[in-house]
Amino acid sequence: MSATGIGAPVRRREDGRFITGAGQYTDDLHVEGQVYAVFLRSPYARARITDIDASHALSGEGVLAVLTGDDMRADGIGDIPCGWLVKQKDGSDMVSAPHPPLAHTFVNYVGEPYALVVAKTQDAARHAAERVHTDFEELQPVIDLATATDSVEIHEGVRHNLAYDWELGDRTATEQALADAAHVVRLDLVNNRLIPNAMEPRAAIGRYDAATGEHTLYTTSQNPHLARLILSAFVGIAPEHKLRVVAPDVGGGFGSKIFVYAEEAAVLWAARRLRCPVKWTAERAESFLADAHGRDHLTHVELGLNEHGRFVALKVQTSANLGAYLSTFASSVPTYLYGTLLAGQYKTPNIYVEVHGVYTNTAPVDAYRGAGRPEATYVVERVVEVAAREIGKDPADLRRMNMIQPGDFPYETPVALTYDTGDYEKSLDRALELIDYAGFSARRIEARQRGCLRGIGMSCYIEACGLAPSQLAIQLGAGVGLYESGEVRMNPTGNVTVFTGTHSHGQGHETTFAQVVSDRLGVPFEDVEVVHGDTGRVEFGLGTYGSRSLAVGGSALVKASDKVIAKARIIAAHMMDVGADDVTFDGGVFSVRDSNRSMTIQEVAFAAYVPSNYPLDLEPGLSEKAFYDPENFTYPAGTHIAEVEIDADTGVVRVVDFVAVDDFGHVINPLIVEGQVHGGVAQGLGQALLEHGRYDDYGQLLTGSYMDYCMPRADDVPQFRVDTTTTPCTHNPLGVKGCGEAGAIGSPAAIMNAVTDALGVRDLTMPATSEKVWRAIRGAKGGIR
Amino acid sequence: MEITVTVNGRSHRLDVSPNTLLVDILREQLRLTGTHVGCDTSQCGACTVHLNGDAVKSCTVLAGQADGASVVTIEGIGAVDDLHPMQAAFREHHALQCGFCTPGMIMAAIDLVEKSDHLDDAAVREGLEGNICRCTGYHNIVNAVLSVAEAKA
Repeated sequence: MSATGIGAPVRRREDGRFITGAGQYTDDLHVEGQVYAVFLRSPYARARITDIDASHALSGEGVLAVLTGDDMRADGIGDIPCGWLVKQKDGSDMVSAPHPPLAHTFVNYVGEPYALVVAKTQDAARHAAERVHTDFEELQPVIDLATATDSVEIHEGVRHNLAYDWELGDRTATEQALADAAHVVRLDLVNNRLIPNAMEPRAAIGRYDAATGEHTLYTTSQNPHLARLILSAFVGIAPEHKLRVVAPDVGGGFGSKIFVYAEEAAVLWAARRLRCPVKWTAERAESFLADAHGRDHLTHVELGLNEHGRFVALKVQTSANLGAYLSTFASSVPTYLYGTLLAGQYKTPNIYVEVHGVYTNTAPVDAYRGAGRPEATYVVERVVEVAAREIGKDPADLRRMNMIQPGDFPYETPVALTYDTGDYEKSLDRALELIDYAGFSARRIEARQRGCLRGIGMSCYIEACGLAPSQLAIQLGAGVGLYESGEVRMNPTGNVTVFTGTHSHGQGHETTFAQVVSDRLGVPFEDVEVVHGDTGRVEFGLGTYGSRSLAVGGSALVKASDKVIAKARIIAAHMMDVGADDVTFDGGVFSVRDSNRSMTIQEVAFAAYVPSNYPLDLEPGLSEKAFYDPENFTYPAGTHIAEVEIDADTGVVRVVDFVAVDDFGHVINPLIVEGQVHGGVAQGLGQALLEHGRYDDYGQLLTGSYMDYCMPRADDVPQFRVDTTTTPCTHNPLGVKGCGEAGAIGSPAAIMNAVTDALGVRDLTMPATSEKVWRAIRGAKGGIR
Repeated sequence: MEITVTVNGRSHRLDVSPNTLLVDILREQLRLTGTHVGCDTSQCGACTVHLNGDAVKSCTVLAGQADGASVVTIEGIGAVDDLHPMQAAFREHHALQCGFCTPGMIMAAIDLVEKSDHLDDAAVREGLEGNICRCTGYHNIVNAVLSVAEAKA
């Protein structure tokens, strides 16, 4: 392994700009002549807009315009679509209520934008926004997920507030197996609503060039090409070839910056109307109210076991809160990214899941780190844990005896996936060894002497990454393909510019992808530059989400690199006067077999652009594009084990040890991979112990700032212990699986299994705040060990 | 009102409003965009700079309060080819991902190390409690800061 090749912990090249303050995030951009937008947002969860009086606001100094949802509609701007059409049980299409970028008649959640004020300065825009008088007629909101289907209709014609009633698996067989089971474990679970909180608030700048008709959107996006496609094809802002979307440095996303948002459409539209660039930057309060939230499920699960402890059936019924409108991928998260993962790592022969996708008068809910897979893992790993306790088996042993074995692959689950490879026991064994599972009871006794309740909990998760293949996904309702594009361009002087359709928002693609291409082409790492995040420079792409970038985008770059090598081989063979079959390629050098003649790929590149001695039937140049469409998902999997200590007097929970052993297939840059796990686990810890997006009965967000929404801080998390096992993915050229979400998928169940173990209670809802835990301690008569 | 403020060693005379924040003059007037704004409640610490040698959240300091003061921002502590030890440690330990919280985190960490005699894991975590990072889980940030503290000791 070279110091910069595949597998090397290369220090990130993007860090140079970030640690010196030279990063360029959207709000750092200053477009000459820019003016400022402030959005007017609904103060009510559900209301009819009866009047908007902007006269006072418009009289303010520097105020350029107050633009409303009616203005937007009059200009022919279309609705924001949901990009995934889910079919219901009866075969009918899901019901997608219209989602105008700016509300015009009704507002349906607190924070929904219905107008914007544009002024020459930020201050003027803010002041003017205060002076717009809007009359609302309040309507009864629907907030509580549990009762939403029996409440008033939010959207006309959407009966029972149901976007869909969806199912997967064999209901009859599953119910029969449950009826025949020796033991059935039933559990009601809550997957708490989370608010993503990337540290960079969303921002957007719209720009319009009247002379050329070109529109440019600078935005905080994980996938600028998708934004361009949706804004063009559906919202109708501008034709695709007249719209350029640039996402410069993006300060975190975790899913929340996948989606197309109202503000992006509005600044472009306003820029065209006003003939000047319009900039908007969210305040954190707006991020809380109007970024898409995550999770928010209510689930009833039943697990059947036979007399030996083998799982015979799993039945899952879930209500998923989708919020007031279906955000870009909202419909797919609680269905195809959730129900399909309910087999977990186990050979459960009968599985059935039904999901109600429910509208409420809350912010839209969509993909957040893990997106459906943390929810599925939580269901499976909580019910398995409870089962082990109820039948008196060691939780590790019960999991082990039910695991899919290495000889079982490819393994077809009862819920539509085919796992290609894995070795689940190996990760489990390594994690048990790292945590010193056998020594736990001594640690528990020692903790008790200090007044602490110590618990241990594990979670053996699986996820499906790199959603694919396109044709299948489109059959299942996806509105776009799920391939990725890449281009590898050798420049005449021998260095390389790489273009990828994925886009980093912290993952270090500029480093990892350079490692991949430099390794493949045999050119120095320093000579490879990675370009992304600009539809004006990169041909096409679907962006970064679902831990797909390396497995799908990296594979496209391998494919493009191989095309470059293939063409270069022909050129080299011609120049060395032999047949292409006589030329080998290794480490950036083309050599003639059984001879000392050779030339470097850089020499070939020069010849390709200065073709003097060159094959007559070959085009000059050495730049190749590739689209890579995976044949299957990848299936990262692993075991996470948490140990917690609870102060018996205060109920404060501390995660005192955390071990994550993950199988991501081959690892390109272990430094980056470990960092992804650390961050994911911290977010999972946040879900388990700290974070909860809560509304009151009127739909006011109670957790609308960092004073009320508890983000994990440095002193809330422990040092993590991370290791990997490796079964290479069988169907992509790098053998990689994806590592971005595993931490957030595996950890919540591990931590909650540890908390409930420490307390000796069957269940506790996340987040396990000190208050809830304190009450559980007081309520658990004799249950506390 | 007019203020005089020294930023990264250069003196500036600036016309500000009474309600202008220090972070606004850094970002908007001086275009020093390395100092970021991540919240509106003084919680996240992305805007941390040094004011007369102390780490402060520049979203919570009025520009007028900086009149006559010396301010150092992330742009003022080192350059790519001449990094401050804390910047170098952040890169070496992979203590950043998206980079948005990083400038504030580095400025807070420098202050923490300079003003502490003995830093261990727990003390670093407590010392950085006012800076939120959503990407790293703090693991590598703590290691980076400890490495600088150990080098100083």
